[in-house]
Amino acid sequence: MSLLLLNVLLALVWSALMGNFDPPYLLFGFVLGYFILWLFQKPPRTQKYFREVPLVIEFSLFFLWEIVVSNIRLTITILSPRPQLRPAVVAVPLDLKSEVGIVLLANLITLTPGTLSLDISSNKHTLFVHIFDLDDPEKFVKKIKNNYERRVREILE
Amino acid sequence: MAEYIILGIFLLGSFLVLVAGIGLLRMPDLFLRMSATAKAGTLGTGLMVLGAAIYFNEFAIYTRAIALIAFLFVTAPVSTHMLGRAAYFDGVPLWKGTIQDDLRGHYKVTTHSLEEEIVPEKDQPHVEDEVDAFEINK
Repeated sequence: MSLLLLNVLLALVWSALMGNFDPPYLLFGFVLGYFILWLFQKPPRTQKYFREVPLVIEFSLFFLWEIVVSNIRLTITILSPRPQLRPAVVAVPLDLKSEVGIVLLANLITLTPGTLSLDISSNKHTLFVHIFDLDDPEKFVKKIKNNYERRVREILE
Repeated sequence: MAEYIILGIFLLGSFLVLVAGIGLLRMPDLFLRMSATAKAGTLGTGLMVLGAAIYFNEFAIYTRAIALIAFLFVTAPVSTHMLGRAAYFDGVPLWKGTIQDDLRGHYKVTTHSLEEEIVPEKDQPHVEDEVDAFEINK
């Protein structure tokens, strides 16, 4: 976390030196700061931060892609004259332990068009997800676990 | 050139919001309606805010746009989750075409908790009879 702060600080320093706080300068400053911090880390070079940043970027891109794809699917469904709806509520068993992770996962599922996290069981072991077009419950659970939960776990735990 | 890009972003954004509105009318039950609106809403409004930020091309507007989108993405799922939970607990029926309902029988009315195993019949919330007001598949 402190490394992230340091990185942001370096980005600000870069922008101050360039005399320009426009987004491209800040972004370049961040990249430069990241590289410098990576270069100057103490051995052993296993700090979590340098694994997290690529993971977060990868996850953001993946998530954006998911939003676009499912938005297209949902739009087609809504606008088609005879919508092919196969709504279902599916129980997804969770491996995540931390509350932050569960909140993040539930939020991400809800943000993806077409899926909706309805509730989590009181002992926090099962997440109930509503989906508008279910093909195969097992495949769906697998998809949630492999695509979303795995990434959330990699970033948070 | 930039104007056409902004135009495209705005058109796409408003189209998605329009689709959300149509979805609200056409979907047969509450959960599907929430699916249709809350989501097209996020990307639709997100795109429009982004378009405005690109149009003004100022740092202060960019930061505001980013903050807006961030809050939108953080708060929208929470309200959707609360609505969905409350609706299910209150016995709002799912559409008759629903193919699987893992949640049925897991809510316990007396403690307002959600159990792993099926709770006794008398503890379950009363589910209203299904009314298919839209009959969209006919």
